[in-house]
Amino acid sequence: MIVSIASGKGGTGKTLVATSLAFSLQDTEEVQLLDCDVEEPNDHLFLKPSITNKEAVCIPVPKVDASKCTYCGECARVCAYKAIAVLAKHVMVFDQLCHGCGACSYLCPEHAIYEEGREVGVVESGYAGKIEFVQGKLTVGESMATPVIRKVKERINRHKTVIVDVSPGTSCPVVESIKDTDFCLLVTEPTPFGLNDLILAVETTIELGIPRGIIINRSGMGMDIIEDYCRQQRIPVLLNIPLDIEVARLYSGGVTLAQGMPRWKSEFYKVFAKIKELAGERDSCPQR
Amino acid sequence: MKEIVVLSGKGGTGKTSIVGSLAALADNKALADCDVDAADLYLILQPTDRQEHEFCSGQTAHIDESLCTQCGLCQEQCRFDAIKCFKVVPTSCEGCGFCVRICPAAAISMKDNMAGHWFISDTKYGPLVHARLGIAQENSGKLVALVRQKAKELAEEHGLSYIISDGPPGIGCPVISSLSGASLALLVTEPTISGIHDLERVLGVCCHFNVPALVCINKYDVNEDNSKQIESYCMKQGVEVPVRIPYDEAVTEAMIHGVPVVEYCHNGISHQLEALWQTISKYLSR
Repeated sequence: MIVSIASGKGGTGKTLVATSLAFSLQDTEEVQLLDCDVEEPNDHLFLKPSITNKEAVCIPVPKVDASKCTYCGECARVCAYKAIAVLAKHVMVFDQLCHGCGACSYLCPEHAIYEEGREVGVVESGYAGKIEFVQGKLTVGESMATPVIRKVKERINRHKTVIVDVSPGTSCPVVESIKDTDFCLLVTEPTPFGLNDLILAVETTIELGIPRGIIINRSGMGMDIIEDYCRQQRIPVLLNIPLDIEVARLYSGGVTLAQGMPRWKSEFYKVFAKIKELAGERDSCPQR
Repeated sequence: MKEIVVLSGKGGTGKTSIVGSLAALADNKALADCDVDAADLYLILQPTDRQEHEFCSGQTAHIDESLCTQCGLCQEQCRFDAIKCFKVVPTSCEGCGFCVRICPAAAISMKDNMAGHWFISDTKYGPLVHARLGIAQENSGKLVALVRQKAKELAEEHGLSYIISDGPPGIGCPVISSLSGASLALLVTEPTISGIHDLERVLGVCCHFNVPALVCINKYDVNEDNSKQIESYCMKQGVEVPVRIPYDEAVTEAMIHGVPVVEYCHNGISHQLEALWQTISKYLSR
């Protein structure tokens, strides 16, 4: 079972839910937690794993063998990302634009292009108690998060209960993180921003055909808009976490909910039981 | 003309609420919502008279089944695992076109993606450029660049002094696209260990792209020890922290009413936001 935790809007409590779920399930399940928010990975701040393994994430970028190159310009023509420019006697490669598709090296008529790995991030792993922990970290200044996410997801062990923490938003990094997961838990808050972004996140899960459920964080902020929306769309609300200054204080100091307030462990356990039930059912939300 | 982009690293620290208030406080400005994945600024600024445009960007491969001989070469060569069972998985395809060029049966072609929409709207605070990325679409960085370009054109055309941009969370492609070449980054953080960790990374991106930064601690009283830690970290980095904003339920209430905080209430938090804008405008006139 692979459960992804996403939200659309940032700061709604994905990290809180991912770490609390992992913390709560570790006594009864074999848990693997993957932090796929590679731009700003935070789960480690709460679970404090001992990192025992680090592996660089590289994307292959072209290098030109000047002794073979005839400056025909084919590599620049086939590059969809404009990452290569061929001048009279010089080939310029813009590494930051390269997606590493390999078209240039394969199609070079002179076999003058070889590839070298360029490091764009790192995958770190270890254990936090019984929880197997894996996180990706995009190098500061790099723009492409998806190759790092792909590397993190290669570590998925399907025999375990896998929790995937996802970045905010709805574009490529989110799609890369939640695709091929069995269930997507969407964490939101009862505000107009929360609802606006939840709708986008729900549409993303529909597009990818992933069953979904909602956790409302900071509930009791004064609006029922999330419940109303979920009722209309027939999306199950799996948990309400009330607005509580104590929860916020614990969180601010790096203590996740289920750890700081152990009574929540059973609540997260119930959430997981519901997820198992729902992931087995057919997609319950009407297709667009 | 000066361009201020509001970033945070961590999501949910209060970027959009702060931009909403700066919109009400600054004169002579255009506004841009560069969080094209999850654009929320319009919920506060209540735009009217929208001009809507399509945003086409990137391509996706399509396999013509009637021509495909199922040789498997495309599947074998695709670095993005975007071809499965001789069909393209659109959400995995990065549009490189490699498969099109190597298909021996010429069965693959590229089709343009309709990747989203962008808008120019009027608000009572000035013109707003915003966008909506299509669901599960790529190229948010390019859409951000387009939003900034249009805001710049508007500002130049109307002789405006500022562009205030609401940036996306994170440090990757759309953040870099919102930041590069801006006059100032306002980094909104919160006194949580995640807030601090993420601030350090986004500040690193600002340094990398040579954009000066100011830091604003939002909800500073949720954990005052952490707030002090942020201030001493920023001092070491040579970054000013001119303003601390207290936690106030008025922020959520203002959002629910769809108005900027400074127009919703006139207590301490509004004074802090006014001080923030004064610091920014002074900083930019240095």
